[in-house]
Amino acid sequence: MDQLLQFLISGLTVGSIYALVALGFSIIYNASDVVNFAQGEFVMIGAMSAIFLMKAGLSYPLAALLAIAITAGVGLALEKFAIEPAKNATVVSTIIITIGASIFLRGAALLIWGKEIYGLPPFTSNNPIKIGNATILPQNLWVMLGTAVTVLAVKYFFDRTKMGKAILACSYNKKAAYLVGINVKKMLLVAYGLSAALGAAAGLLVTPITFMSYGAGVMLGLKGFCAAILGGMGNSMGAVLGGILLGIVETVGAGFISSGYKDAIAFFVILLVLFIKPSGILGKGEAERV
Amino acid sequence: MKRLSGFAIFAAVCLLLPVIFPDNYYVTVVGLTIFVNVTLAVSLNLLMGYAGQISLGHAAFFGLGAYSSAILTIKYGLNPWLAMIFGAALVLCLSYVLSRPILRLKGHYLAMATLGLGIIVHIFFVQADELTGGPDGISGLPTLSLFGVPIDSDIKWYFVLCSYMLLSVLFSLNIADSRAGRALSAVHGSEIAAQMMGIDTAKVKSYIFVFSALMATIAGSLFAHQQDFVSPESFSFFFSIELVTMVVLGGLGSTFGAVMGAFILSILPEVLIVFEDFEVLIFGLILMVIMIFLPEGLFVSLKNRAAIMLSKRESGS
Repeated sequence: MDQLLQFLISGLTVGSIYALVALGFSIIYNASDVVNFAQGEFVMIGAMSAIFLMKAGLSYPLAALLAIAITAGVGLALEKFAIEPAKNATVVSTIIITIGASIFLRGAALLIWGKEIYGLPPFTSNNPIKIGNATILPQNLWVMLGTAVTVLAVKYFFDRTKMGKAILACSYNKKAAYLVGINVKKMLLVAYGLSAALGAAAGLLVTPITFMSYGAGVMLGLKGFCAAILGGMGNSMGAVLGGILLGIVETVGAGFISSGYKDAIAFFVILLVLFIKPSGILGKGEAERV
Repeated sequence: MKRLSGFAIFAAVCLLLPVIFPDNYYVTVVGLTIFVNVTLAVSLNLLMGYAGQISLGHAAFFGLGAYSSAILTIKYGLNPWLAMIFGAALVLCLSYVLSRPILRLKGHYLAMATLGLGIIVHIFFVQADELTGGPDGISGLPTLSLFGVPIDSDIKWYFVLCSYMLLSVLFSLNIADSRAGRALSAVHGSEIAAQMMGIDTAKVKSYIFVFSALMATIAGSLFAHQQDFVSPESFSFFFSIELVTMVVLGGLGSTFGAVMGAFILSILPEVLIVFEDFEVLIFGLILMVIMIFLPEGLFVSLKNRAAIMLSKRESGS
């Protein structure tokens, strides 16, 4: 029982990170019908930028904010230089373009930051808190809290603000959105920037626990993709739920079976979901356009 | 016979190269890697280019072939050819069982499923260390012999791998011009329209998936014997992506496009060795630039351009 509680705590922590990455996936997917395979690289760039800004002498909060801004900039550049020029590309083409972008960003990170593994200090003191026989680190709480606040902010943005609603309008029908006077190009840029910023936030939250290196974004990105599909592609809150579920299933599974197979468990779950209900937990069935 | 004249020239060049340059490093060493990659790219192109079904896990089948050969020959002392057949049979069953549920998926979902499959197989190679030797892999495969002749030198391997590669290319060219090939391109165009024309799309897709997997598996077995060593690194997610890049670089749906793409990407690391640190960066850049500006691929674009130039010259004279 204590063991299960411990697994739940770490599962919820990893799951929160997956949730943020998946939320980023689903924002970009909604706005532009593109599955962005470079999403994991946003997580890595956010964390690595913060690490090196701090090394350069900046304070923690300032470095974190700047890192988020830098990553958002990378997101904008991605949309401007890779997605926009390929407007009429097929699904396969866009998948390959974003895979290319992810490899490119990883290559750039390798050149700039090298191969070493880095960490960030925890946000606050690192004394474990005991709950029964399970322990929880303050940083785990920060991850959960940070995710909850971010998710609520994103939800508010899409439900209540004019710009959020405009992006949603683009996702329903670009031409119609354009006709009612929405600047579709700008909304796409905002969506990519926002999604990149979410990735960076995930990176900042998780690095004090798991460390970061130039290649660490790949798995995080793929897991985020899994989570987004699990929740139903394009359903933002589904993506969050999918992330948390995936984190818990993976951690509990790894705990009871074998930690070496942790990643395999996540992908196995996804394959099962795809075979049984491809539209995900909260997704609606989709019809193919002829 | 005009249809295959391109192939005849290609085959002649490939088979003559080692005769003209017997000691050239690029021919007898890099050449072997190129042949394996060309075979894999051609097999992936059957699925991606002809049938329009993306696969981000092709390296898994390549790896299953290599590991089957390594495990069955070393741990169970099986004859190498028998081991290869067992490996192929295993992949035949596996890919057939998986083909239906996987190929029912489309677009991103298909990408995710094939990717997941590739990663699960890779993790299995790394984790099941009692069987697979874990991250260190397995070395010391027995020598393969053909008609009593042991294939034990680079030049002999050149001809074996070259022949297998040429067979795959020929198979792929023939399939494109067959009834099955036309059914495939109909599926690529529009699945619903293809169904309306009376094509059993699920069956067509599942056959091509199995064929493509089998071609990769046998390439894997040959690769394992040639390298004398298998390790999980050769069959990772990144290699699957590299294969996709080869196909896309040359031009989806063109057999010689896949050949050209595989050739360029196999030779690139040799050429770029001076820019070692930049390799990843350049690789990603190629992928993006080709897909954005030449979505048809290098080979197809060049071919079209040449055709336009020729027709201009003809009309001019």
